[in-house]
Amino acid sequence: MAKKSYRKVPDKGGHFGEYGGRYISETLMPAVMELEEAYKKFKNDAKFKAEFAKYLSHYVGRPTPLYFAEHLTKSAGGAKIYLKREDLCHTGAHKVNNTIGQILLARRMGKKRIIAETGAGQHGVATATVAALFGLKCEIYMGTEDIERQKPNVFRMKLLGAKVNPVSSGSSTLKDAMNEALRDWVTNVADTFYIIGSVAGPHPYPMMVRDFQAVIGKEVRRQSIKEFGKLPDMLVACVGGGSNAMGLFHPFVKDTKVKMVGVEAAGYGIKTGKHAASICGGRVGVLHGSKSYLLQDKDGQIMHTHSVSAGLDYPGVGPEHSFLYDEGRADYVGITDKEALKAFELLCETEGIIPALESSHAIAYGVKAARKLGRGKVIVINLSGRGDKDLGTVSDILGYKI
Amino acid sequence: MKQRIRDRFEELKVAGKTALVPFITAGDPNLKTTARILEELDHSGADVIELGIPFSDPMADGPTIQASSERALKNGVNIKDVLGLVKDFRKKSEVPVVLFGYYNPIFSYGCKRFADAAKRAGADGVLVVDLPPEESAELKRELDRVGMDLVVLMTPTSSAGRMRQISKGASGFVYYVSVAGVTGARKTLKHDIKDAVKTARKVSRLPVSVGFGISTPAQAGAVAGFSDGVVVGSAIINIIAKNVDGRGRPAKDLTEKVGRFVRGLKRAIS
Repeated sequence: MAKKSYRKVPDKGGHFGEYGGRYISETLMPAVMELEEAYKKFKNDAKFKAEFAKYLSHYVGRPTPLYFAEHLTKSAGGAKIYLKREDLCHTGAHKVNNTIGQILLARRMGKKRIIAETGAGQHGVATATVAALFGLKCEIYMGTEDIERQKPNVFRMKLLGAKVNPVSSGSSTLKDAMNEALRDWVTNVADTFYIIGSVAGPHPYPMMVRDFQAVIGKEVRRQSIKEFGKLPDMLVACVGGGSNAMGLFHPFVKDTKVKMVGVEAAGYGIKTGKHAASICGGRVGVLHGSKSYLLQDKDGQIMHTHSVSAGLDYPGVGPEHSFLYDEGRADYVGITDKEALKAFELLCETEGIIPALESSHAIAYGVKAARKLGRGKVIVINLSGRGDKDLGTVSDILGYKI
Repeated sequence: MKQRIRDRFEELKVAGKTALVPFITAGDPNLKTTARILEELDHSGADVIELGIPFSDPMADGPTIQASSERALKNGVNIKDVLGLVKDFRKKSEVPVVLFGYYNPIFSYGCKRFADAAKRAGADGVLVVDLPPEESAELKRELDRVGMDLVVLMTPTSSAGRMRQISKGASGFVYYVSVAGVTGARKTLKHDIKDAVKTARKVSRLPVSVGFGISTPAQAGAVAGFSDGVVVGSAIINIIAKNVDGRGRPAKDLTEKVGRFVRGLKRAIS
């Protein structure tokens, strides 16, 4: 029996239990309220829904396949592993599901300028892509360290007509890019729409991004019934901010028999302190507009994080994940850089699929879990993105020159 | 219970004067220097002092105060240190002190524990940039309990309706943010502040101090003409930044230079 509380989140103020909310400067309050109103108005609007569906199908290429990874399954030796192929989305990751939704909203709100933050560059590319599609001005904030390790995506954004603003404050990664995007928004709030790339930020973003990404889980439900006649026994997805995981989990939250596991980046290992696993290794705090688990020091200063994957290298996590964790509805585990790299190679070799380093974390855990669950069970792993963008990082680590 | 903020604004009102409200970050460039600057601010005519609690991710601040926060955090400055400064200052001065910062360090310290410790140290008010009224119930309750003010922010994006909502339960004074943007010195200020300040005053029935972007005596003088207080932050921090060396050591005459600048502001608004 599903707990009633699962259905009600977030509340009016955007709270998932004690998490979420709106911890932002007063200047931005009217903007997020305006956004919330617009989202409420359009999310059930037939025309909006039809347009969203049209772009997801004809532009993004949905539905993405639910692929039975036979060889990976064999190599794991246990439960059947299916991959939800978000890597086959236009632009190479699930991020575009959300940017399509938000830019359609931005157009209806009459906003002329788009800004976004990006870590791995996937959300930046997905934002630049839809801005190009609809002819809107676009600026992307990206940490200088991420610019270095995700060069192909930087060039992609430039080709798509976006201006990439390097951010060198703090740790020069995703959290600092988000700080800078918020500073831009507060300065240009009248004509600017901020497309947040994860289920993070102030309300309504965590809810809105979840809803746009929920297309992943909805498809998996349908495809599961068709493929193997039941719902999967377990869902596995990587969690940085947590949008691909939330998108997969959301339509299953009430099906308590379906186990859900979010995989965080354990970097060099949780014990080393050099990781990005907010739920596994952090405590509750407030950053970037919401209350959630957070990597912070004893004084409440935000810690520098580490992960081989830029997209997971973030000290916070979406508030709904903190909620699902506290409620015991989802489990959160850590996978180290090393384990993720092994999984990266394993998927290349067994299935001929080069996964993103982010998604490799989910693969690594999925393979372990498959062994434990055993035959007769089914695991769906969200393959949230493809790995072309990571070839530089991986070749450096493996000692190849490209 | 002592209400230093309210009393100070009332005295100024009777005298027909505007409050000078300088901002500095606690621990920039180090705690000892901040203690000296606090005294200097008092002697130079500060009516209320805003003391910044440094935070690693100051989203509402421009480059000047970001750098100031970073210098303070390099020294490992935390809430306990900030309150230690207030405690020592309180032995020498009755100038009201408003602690200015972001929510996470306070939340991490614990709202109740923070309110008790801040009160004990002799702080008078708290302003939390990323804590709108919708989220401030817990901190407000604790500050109310110890008799401290939670200073609220109003901005150019605040409608009269929103101002009314923000005003509910507000005390001390209202901080009116003069520009949509981050903190930092600006050459020109928008001229439509005046009407907004008028509305903020009417709606809140509290004194209204104006800040963000005010950097010169002339700007301070102009704003003083229609407000109850003038907040100057980045312009003072710029003086501090220019007078510390690469290792964060202050120049000998740093305090004196800050004092001279603040006295200039004081003359301009008097």
